[in-house]
Amino acid sequence: MNVANPEGYTTPDGRRIGGVLMEMKNITLRFGGVNAITNISFDIRDGEIRAIIGPNGAGKSSMLNVISGFYVPQEGEVWFKGYKRGPMKPYQVARLGIARTFQNIALFDGMSVLDNIMTGRLTMMKSGLLGQAIWWGGAQREETENREKVEKIIDFLEIQNIRKTPVGRLPYGLKKRVELARALAAEPKLLLLDEPMAGMNVEEKEDMSRFILDVNDEFGTTIALIEHDMGVVMDLSDRVVVMDYGKKIGDGTPDEVRNNQDVIDAYLGVSHD
Amino acid sequence: MSENATTDHPQSIPALLARNAARWGGYPAYREKEFGIWQSWTWAETAAEVRAIALGFMSLGIERGDHVAIIGRNRPALYWSMVAAEMCGAVPVPLYQDAVAEEMAYVLDHCGARFVVCGDQEQVDKVLEVQDRLPGIHHIAYLDKRGMRKYDHSAMNALADISAEGLAGHHRFEEELNRRTAELTYDHTCVMLYTSGTTGKPKGVVLSNRNIIETSKNSAEFDRLNHNDDILAYLPMAWVGDFIFSVGQAFWTGFTVNCPENAATMMTDLREIGPSYFFAPPRVFEGQLTNVMIRMEDAGRIKKRMFDRYMALARKVGPAILDGKPVSGMDRLRYWLGNVLVYGPLKNTLGYSRIRVGYTAGEAIGPEIFDFYRSLGINLKQLYGQTEASVFITQQPDGEVRSDTVGVPSPGVEVKIAESGEVFYRSPGTFVEYYKNAESTASTKDAEGWVATGDAGFFEEGTGHLRIIDRAKDVGKMADGSLFAPKYVENKLKFFPNILEAVVFGADRSMCTAFINIDLTAVGNWAERNNIAYASYQELAGHPKVYEMIQSHVEEVNRSVAADPMLSGCQIHRFLILHKELDADDGELTRTRKVRRNIIAEKFADLIDALYVGKDEIYTETEVTYEDGRKGKIKATLEIRDAAVVAPEQRMAAE
Repeated sequence: MNVANPEGYTTPDGRRIGGVLMEMKNITLRFGGVNAITNISFDIRDGEIRAIIGPNGAGKSSMLNVISGFYVPQEGEVWFKGYKRGPMKPYQVARLGIARTFQNIALFDGMSVLDNIMTGRLTMMKSGLLGQAIWWGGAQREETENREKVEKIIDFLEIQNIRKTPVGRLPYGLKKRVELARALAAEPKLLLLDEPMAGMNVEEKEDMSRFILDVNDEFGTTIALIEHDMGVVMDLSDRVVVMDYGKKIGDGTPDEVRNNQDVIDAYLGVSHD
Repeated sequence: MSENATTDHPQSIPALLARNAARWGGYPAYREKEFGIWQSWTWAETAAEVRAIALGFMSLGIERGDHVAIIGRNRPALYWSMVAAEMCGAVPVPLYQDAVAEEMAYVLDHCGARFVVCGDQEQVDKVLEVQDRLPGIHHIAYLDKRGMRKYDHSAMNALADISAEGLAGHHRFEEELNRRTAELTYDHTCVMLYTSGTTGKPKGVVLSNRNIIETSKNSAEFDRLNHNDDILAYLPMAWVGDFIFSVGQAFWTGFTVNCPENAATMMTDLREIGPSYFFAPPRVFEGQLTNVMIRMEDAGRIKKRMFDRYMALARKVGPAILDGKPVSGMDRLRYWLGNVLVYGPLKNTLGYSRIRVGYTAGEAIGPEIFDFYRSLGINLKQLYGQTEASVFITQQPDGEVRSDTVGVPSPGVEVKIAESGEVFYRSPGTFVEYYKNAESTASTKDAEGWVATGDAGFFEEGTGHLRIIDRAKDVGKMADGSLFAPKYVENKLKFFPNILEAVVFGADRSMCTAFINIDLTAVGNWAERNNIAYASYQELAGHPKVYEMIQSHVEEVNRSVAADPMLSGCQIHRFLILHKELDADDGELTRTRKVRRNIIAEKFADLIDALYVGKDEIYTETEVTYEDGRKGKIKATLEIRDAAVVAPEQRMAAE
């Protein structure tokens, strides 16, 4: 498998990965005098599951925020679908086909699971406030269509039984799943997951891993994820970027990364003798 | 018997389907909730779907007499697959979907299944796990495509693709399919169902079209079921009752079968459908009542008082009104008001607003639970049945309903009680044979067609209603010769909401002892209200206050048992509360949640010993099987308590 082939490559389990979907070129991000990210370049291929790992404070979340357009780097370029991306508003990012979940769940606690997921489709609704209020003609049709899409996602993630439950009453693992559902509702081309397994027990992690693989397989969604659980990362992802102190110290398939001396040093520490 | 039964009605399930498509073409036959909406198929559409699946099976080379295993939750396409299999001259064999791969392997091997229709990836995985031992499996079909893309599809397909293939090639398969469907007679096998078996390996019960159609016809006429009725199909497809309700009676009467979205939404779906004909095992009714009571405990004072007041009235006059017995005009008016304020809304919440006929069976139901539902005006009745009888042996006619009998013989069924007290029956629903097990067939069904139920019972004088005491083989003698009927005592214990399961020992012993399983919902809620903190089931089960509560229940049962001179020896002298819930995955219960006495006695032999040698506590280690098949161990030190017994005065006097 030649992962450097610009046309794409085939994974060991037989999935076809396409060309470059997103490319980060020489990104540097500074907060005041602190370099959060220093001169990092990597790409994300179409259909791939791409992980970003690293010890605490390595700059992973900053990197994800650069990908999502929330942070604008001082240096470097972000290319998406073959175009160079300038500074953008969050809704513009969403319309481009990028959706994300958050490390600390960001759902509307008082709203039902269904309504929360429906908010994921807001950018696709065209009818105005008045039309929505009267709920007639186009607005009604639009809501029905969007509801259908949302119901398919509910079915996919097996959360039918909590459809009408307020999110605030759900256990942590299910909230994470609802967040994933909301991100999927936007029908993203690229899905960003910020620590999807944090704080989960083994069973919940297994479920979440299965859903991530199924999303990638069923919808062809490209996924970039940050995760601490090394076992999960190595099993799930096709390629891994390793960061330490804002620098890229490794990039490649899980096996390549696992045998990279810099990565081993960063994770296990180096003796100073 | 019904050898001369008329031939003026269709003689097979596929023939009934053709009749229904012609007679009720535009009426709904099956509904399933999917994507949040009830999807519906008329009888005409159902006939088309079934034909497509049958053509698909033909394209895969299905032969007459092949066995087609069906594994999954209740879904229309799985019911259709069963009928489609019969159309091709094959035999459908529904399996319990929660069975682990090992259990499935036995059944798949025993019936020699050539085709397996699975609901989803989970079921396919289980079949694949054991497939190397089952060379007979020719093709696997699945309904839900999710996660299946990467599987080797050389001998596997989505059912939708199989039907599409069949439809595309219908010119090639149609003639042969029609020929096979036309040659089906009343004596062809309709379905084969494996009994869960409280002892030994499951047995394949072969039921013919005659068994299913005659039984469906008789029972449907008994309760005047018609094509406007609605049922909810949520019980395991491998259980004979589900086949009779969701296929037999549905095809005979043309009523609508509604399939829930998934197991977790069953209660919501029940409320939305509001079935007019409903079956549930006692534990479902118990669970709902417990829920209602827990919620009323948390309700406001006014609501609570209104509920208590009107429930007291309902208990007094509700059953009488339901049975059409005389009730004063004033009480009728108050009951009507109660219906507006309490019963109606409550029934609506439970999903029972439209129930015309409700049945429960399988286990004894507590009189309070039974009366609660009847007092609300829900026509809940009891029946007594078996897989081997195509369900119905006895059932209660409207107006003659009591919690302690199982009714009069169903239409067409003859019942007799043997010398030993064992109940025998003979009916048009009596099974053909146990598959590949002539020996068991011979020992169960005699030459005249009488079948031993394995239950001991008697006909009540005056009413002619059958009463079941216990499993015939479980009824024994104690060391002093007095009668030992464990189930009788266990049922009395289980009528307390706090007790989920009880196992009584005492055959050939000097006294009776018991294992108790607490009900986590009820006891957990009680603990919350009484500020008792607990971290696990095990800790709650071992709590001294819980022991006190259970002890008071046991002693109350002892008083009630002592009142019956024949059974007063069955009072419980010592008991303990088990540290784990009895579970079918550990083999302690059957898949239909019946206690497997021998296995429990073997597995917990150390605990039984401790009960009889007089220890106060015992340390034990128990192996448990987790849902994914892994095994683990739990350790616990269990307390053993003595319970007060009522002195057996009558017996002393008699001696």
